Amino acid sequence: MRGLTTVFNKEVRENIRDRRALFNSLLLGPLLFPLLFVGMMWFLESAEKERAEKTLDLPVIGAQYAPSLIRFLEQQGTVIQPEPDDPEELVRSQEVPVVLRILPEYPEKWSEGLPAPVEVISDPSRQESNAPIRKIKALLYGYGQQIGSLRLQLRGVAPQLASPIMIRDVDLSTPKSRAILAVIFLPYVLMITAFTGATHLAMDTTAGEKERKSLEPLLINPVPRWQIMTGKMLTTMVFAMASLALTLVSFRIVLPYMPVGAFGMDLTLGLATLLKILLVISPVAILAAALLTLLAAFAKSYREAQSYMGLVILIPMIPSLIFMANPIKAESWMMNIPLFSQNLLIGEIIRDESVALGWYGMSIASTLVIGLILAAMAATLYNRPKLIFSGS
Amino acid sequence: MIAVTNLFKSFGQVKAVNGVSFEARDGEITGLLGPNGAGKTTTLRMLYSLLPPDRGEIRIDGLDPTRDAMEIKRTLGVVPDSRGLYSRLTARENIKYYGELHGMSKKAIRERIETLTQTLDMGDFIDRRTEGFSQGQRVKVAIARAMVHKPQTVLMDEPSNGLDVMSTRALRDYIRNLSAEGHSVVLSTHIMQEVAALCDHIVIIAKGEVAADGTAQELLERSGCDSLEDAFVQLIGSEEGLLA
Repeated sequence: MRGLTTVFNKEVRENIRDRRALFNSLLLGPLLFPLLFVGMMWFLESAEKERAEKTLDLPVIGAQYAPSLIRFLEQQGTVIQPEPDDPEELVRSQEVPVVLRILPEYPEKWSEGLPAPVEVISDPSRQESNAPIRKIKALLYGYGQQIGSLRLQLRGVAPQLASPIMIRDVDLSTPKSRAILAVIFLPYVLMITAFTGATHLAMDTTAGEKERKSLEPLLINPVPRWQIMTGKMLTTMVFAMASLALTLVSFRIVLPYMPVGAFGMDLTLGLATLLKILLVISPVAILAAALLTLLAAFAKSYREAQSYMGLVILIPMIPSLIFMANPIKAESWMMNIPLFSQNLLIGEIIRDESVALGWYGMSIASTLVIGLILAAMAATLYNRPKLIFSGS
Repeated sequence: MIAVTNLFKSFGQVKAVNGVSFEARDGEITGLLGPNGAGKTTTLRMLYSLLPPDRGEIRIDGLDPTRDAMEIKRTLGVVPDSRGLYSRLTARENIKYYGELHGMSKKAIRERIETLTQTLDMGDFIDRRTEGFSQGQRVKVAIARAMVHKPQTVLMDEPSNGLDVMSTRALRDYIRNLSAEGHSVVLSTHIMQEVAALCDHIVIIAKGEVAADGTAQELLERSGCDSLEDAFVQLIGSEEGLLA
C-alpha cells in the first residue's frame, strides 16, 4: 500500500498546482451551475411577470360587426388596434402575437341566436405568444358565458342549468413538493458535476502521463501496477467529491438570493439535507472516476481520451431527461440502477419525504459495486504492456 | 551482472529481437550499438521487465525479470527512452517521488538527493519546477531519479540523445565513475563515438540479431579495418541508420 499512498500524494500535490485542474474540478461546476440556476429563475420570473402585466395590443378586423364585443374587450384592458392589411403576415413575421377577425356574418348569426364566428389568428408554436393567446381566448369565452346567461334569463331559464358541474381546486401540494424545478435540476447538476469534476483528473493522470512520456519510467519502479492505478483513481475520486461538496455549499449560499416565491418554491438546504444528498451522490463520484479513468487509460492519446469524455458526459443526463419527459413514482427496484436511483433519492430528500433506509443502502451498494468493477477493470488494464506503448 | 541468452520478441509480423545473446559484467560499460530500429530499445525493455520475451532467458544478478519483476526493479536503475518529468513538480520533488516509490526513508532520500545534486551538478535548478528545463537538465534529473535507490545495475537508452557537447562530456564522466565504482552499466546508442569513447564491451545489434560482440580492439581485428567506423559498417553490412 506504500506505493498507492505515494502515488496518491504526488497526484494530489501535482494537480493542486494545476490551474486547469482546479478550474475544471473546483471552480467550473461549483460556481457555474448554481449561478446558472439562479439566473434562470430570475429570468423566468421576470419574463412571466412582464407578460402578465403587459396590456394586450389586439389588431381587430371587422370591428364594426361587433361593437358590444369590442367595448367588452376594451373594458377588460385590451387596446384595440386598427385593422391591418395582411393579418396572417403580421403574425407570421412575429410583429404581433395574435389578431382577432370578426367575420361579416357575425351580426346576422348573432341576431338569429346562433353561434357567431370570430377567428383568433396566431402561431401557438411560438412560446412567447402563448400567454396573449390564452388571455384573448379567456376574454372571448367569458364574454360568451356572460351573453349566454343573459339570453337564458330573458327566456326565463335559470343560467345555472347550463352549468351542471362546478369544479373546485383542492391543492394538497406543500411549498416544498412544488419545488419541481429544483427536484429535476439539482440531481441533474450534481450528476454532471460528479463527472465534470472527475474528467480532467482522469485524463491527466492516465492519458496525460502517457502523452508526457512519464508513464514508462514510472512503471519501472517496484510498485504493483494496480497500486499505481488505484492511487490515480483515488485522486480523481477525491477531486470529484470535492467538486460535489463545493457545488452543494455554493447552492446553499446562493438559494436565499432566489426570486421570492418563484414557482411557489420554498427550498432551503439545511446541513442535514446537504449531508444526506452528499451521502447519496458520493458513490456516483466513485463510479465516474472509475469509468473515466478506464476510458482515458484505454485511449491511445489525450485527444482520443477527450473525444470519449464528450460522449460520457451524456450518461448522467439520461435519467434526468427521462424524468423531465416522464416523471415516475420511486419504487424499490429502481434503487438498483446507478444514476437513476440517485436522481429519485435526491428528489425525495428535497421534497422532504421520509426515505426508507433500505433505499439508501440499495442505491449506494449498487453504484459502488459497479464502480468497483470498473475500477478493477482499469487496474488490470494497466497490466497490459500494450497500454504503455500505444500512442508513443 | 547481466546474462542474456537467445532472446526473441516479435510484435505481430515484425521480429524486433531475433535471437540476441550477450553478457554485461560488473565494473564494465557495455554498449548496445546499432542503427535505429535494430531492437535495442526492445531488448532493454525486456531487461527491465516492461515487456515479456517470447523466448530466451535473462538473468540479472541471478534474477529472472519474468518471474522476479519486483525484485529486479529494486536492483535496476533505468533511464528509458521516454524521460518525461512532471513539469508541475520541482526537480527535487521528481526525484523524491521515485525514492518514495522505492520505499526509501525521508532521511535517506534527502541525503541521496544532496549527493546526486553534487555529482550531477544540479545545484542551480534542483528546486525549480521542471517546466522549461533544457535537454541537459532533463537528462540529469532523469538519471538522478533512476539512481536514487543506488541500483547495482544501470540501463540507459540513448542517454546522450539531444545533449550538447558539454553535457555529453559530463554524462560520460558520470557513467565512467559508475563503472569504476563496480556497477554494471548497459547503454544503447546509435552513435559510434559514444561507444568508442566509453564502452569496455561492445555489442553490435542489427535487424534484431547480434552482428558482433567484443572490445573495440577485437572488433577492429575481426573486421580487418583500420577505423572503428569502417569496422561497424562492415559488420552491420550497411551504412544505413548509423550516425557518425
